[in-house]
Amino acid sequence: MRGIISYGAYLPRHRLDRGAIRATLGQGGGKGTRSVAGYDEDTTSMGVEAARAARWNGGFAPTAVHFATTAPAYADKANATAIHAALGLPADVFATDHVGSARSAVGALRAAAAEGGLAVLSDVRLGRPGSADEAGGGDGAAAFLFGEGDGVVAELVGQASATAEFLDRWRVPGETASSTWEERFGLGQYLPLIQDAVTRALAAAGVQQPDFVVLSSPHARAARTAAKPFGEAAADAIEPVAGWLGAAHAGVGLTHALDRAQPGHTVLVVSGADGADALVFRVTEAIAGRPQGRGALDQFAGAPDVDYATFLTWRGGLHREPPRRPDPVRPEAPPAARAAHWKFGFVGSRCTSCERVHVPPQRVCAGCGHTDEMAPVSLADTPGTITTYTVDRLAFSLSPPTITAAVDFDGGGRFTCEMTDCRPDEVQVGTRVELTFRRMYTAQGVHNYFWKARPRVTSAEVRACENGGRNT
Amino acid sequence: MASNGIRDKVAIVGMGCTRFGEHWDRSIDDLLIDAVSECVASVDGFDRQDVDAYWLGTMGSGTSGLTLSRPLKIANKPVTRVENYCATGSEAFRNACYAVASGAYDVVMAVGGEKLKDSGFSGLVVPPASNDGTASDPSAPAVFSLLAPAYAKKYGISEEQLKEVLTRIAYKNHKNGALNERAQFRSEVSMEKIACSPIVAGQLGIFDCSGVADGAAAALIVRAEDAHKYTDRPVYVKALSFVAGPAQGPVDPDYDFTSFDEVVASAQDAYRQAGVTDPREEISLAEVHDCFTPTELVLMEDLGFSERGAGWKDVLEGAFDLDGDLPVNPDGGLKSFGHPIGASGLRMLFECWQQFRGEAGDRQLEDPKLGLTHNLGGQPGACVSFISIVGPDLEA
Repeated sequence: MRGIISYGAYLPRHRLDRGAIRATLGQGGGKGTRSVAGYDEDTTSMGVEAARAARWNGGFAPTAVHFATTAPAYADKANATAIHAALGLPADVFATDHVGSARSAVGALRAAAAEGGLAVLSDVRLGRPGSADEAGGGDGAAAFLFGEGDGVVAELVGQASATAEFLDRWRVPGETASSTWEERFGLGQYLPLIQDAVTRALAAAGVQQPDFVVLSSPHARAARTAAKPFGEAAADAIEPVAGWLGAAHAGVGLTHALDRAQPGHTVLVVSGADGADALVFRVTEAIAGRPQGRGALDQFAGAPDVDYATFLTWRGGLHREPPRRPDPVRPEAPPAARAAHWKFGFVGSRCTSCERVHVPPQRVCAGCGHTDEMAPVSLADTPGTITTYTVDRLAFSLSPPTITAAVDFDGGGRFTCEMTDCRPDEVQVGTRVELTFRRMYTAQGVHNYFWKARPRVTSAEVRACENGGRNT
Repeated sequence: MASNGIRDKVAIVGMGCTRFGEHWDRSIDDLLIDAVSECVASVDGFDRQDVDAYWLGTMGSGTSGLTLSRPLKIANKPVTRVENYCATGSEAFRNACYAVASGAYDVVMAVGGEKLKDSGFSGLVVPPASNDGTASDPSAPAVFSLLAPAYAKKYGISEEQLKEVLTRIAYKNHKNGALNERAQFRSEVSMEKIACSPIVAGQLGIFDCSGVADGAAAALIVRAEDAHKYTDRPVYVKALSFVAGPAQGPVDPDYDFTSFDEVVASAQDAYRQAGVTDPREEISLAEVHDCFTPTELVLMEDLGFSERGAGWKDVLEGAFDLDGDLPVNPDGGLKSFGHPIGASGLRMLFECWQQFRGEAGDRQLEDPKLGLTHNLGGQPGACVSFISIVGPDLEA
């Protein structure tokens, strides 16, 4: 049996009321909300968060990382390598990007399914101010670990694809907004392609009527039209609140389906992008081990609204007055490479003589003074408590004021770091926090990735899940 | 092994100090020339050619001894540029004293200067070293603001009470600075204005922060036995202490942000060198590193002027006012002078120099016997600390 071993979704904790666009511009907008990546997030960092959420079903040992996005943080440099590093994966694990079209997501899923890899689907969707894409897009990520054996929670039982060359949506590299051809042309192209792929995939799977249908297309009307015959099974719970998530949309939809599916249920995933692709999964008994209460919409439930000006600022559309402070300097390649385990994996050191934990890792122990008696220890998944903090109105930030907190980690180690996803009034001495992988800033074209702390989600469900299901 | 000190072995026989402030019309060269010239002129008949060696403290206004030798046309003499964060100027002084005490040179000048205003930035900017991008970069007020809530919590005082204490410190230093023609800010500031100033970081308003200024200062140092050849009122060095901490506070769960261990260590060392056993009684004036108001509060305890947890009461009772029993920052401190890094330590010594020589004008203290100067650089839990003790009298 081959299929999905574990999965995770990530939606950023910011939402834009689509109505706010019209209120500002007098055009665009619409009903509902869209998800908005934080000022310190991009497709790579959100991909890391989704992948971290997908580590719950036994040993997490992907053979490869396949990262898909329409908005890569880098070109000429792989983005999957940062995800690989943040997950602390060994060097012999392959990592590559699938970028450009939303169909790249299917490429990542197929590649990961074929070899027991990890598919990480992540996107940030932009459009010109006032456009349908701006209001209808959204930001988010999903990750799927594939493998074989009893641990499979959703067996891949059929797949089919149909490819066609036609001009419906396009974007020249470097542009942030895409262009589309007249809607009815694309509709006419997509519907038969989708029908063809779906028919063949269901036939291959021996499935008549799937229990859940996830439909994703950059052509919104094509997706809606293709969904109609499936009725309630194809209801898209993600789009109305988070928007169309580009290369991540089918993936986030699939996690939402798997979160609700029972053993024996079938899930049809359809991507209508530059052709059509259909994958059919059958849920197994192993689905019982899935985490509770950490689904995409659970994470998004308490997301506060950002105003439209903030949204534009975060996405680079409004260049606001900076503080009279030096611009951030780019991290340098050799020190970043030397510190890769620390920088990307939050790996500190534990003294083997006195057990003192050091973050960042040290050679000389601050406790017993012994030299070079350290073992690496990752604190990326270790919660902590704020011992003191301050609100900094002088330091550079795209989202001032900056909150800096000294965090004492459970089991030892203190680190002073930036807080994110919270307002000053949400931080107190004693606040429980967890780490999240972020893009600190970009300087001279270099994205500086590192970890920040955010207030911890502390629902009873999450605690129960962590106590029972945390992998090692 | 011991920190033996050089008590009464060297003396300051001349000093100079520019006005601190926004010197839009002065380069670092100009400021250094001005300070050195005033220092030379303070010694009757002294010829600058008789200086055997120079130590220059500057954090970012130049590198190498050429920063001083070029503007002053110092020809082929040892000029050493030192840097040690906010203790940079003090560090130039300390090393210059050792050079004289060792017998290596007869006459040495310590110079400190900094040109901060040209950058156009708010607050201090430390030039970046090679970096992997993982160090957080909070502003200086942000890291020092951590002292305030930690102190209040530990000693059970309310945030409002603490704000009053911090306000009192800023008020006192501005009041002193108003009496000093070399200060950057020469006005008293009302407590109300201080307390209501815009917040910069944490609880700290703009008036809880020292300013940004340009300035330079210089001291001429000779062996104690030679001092009276130069002046009838020399100032003798009683103690010099400098420590760099292990910088683990920000990553040490045991650190509680209510003390500077480095200051405690350097104070103990300095008091031992100088034979001081009761600093509150024996020190006549203290120039301490009031980069932010909570720093000065904590320093009162770390320097042994107040009992632990009692510094805030002493502040409110006026113990450290100009007319208190131990005046702290009688010249106005960093609050009134700003903090041109390389110059600050020598500026503090300049206040001792003036006080001991009876030249402090409206700020003049009655018969001061021992002065303490203190700098710290870095942040709570990770800093360097310098302390000097100086006095007008040789131990009998």
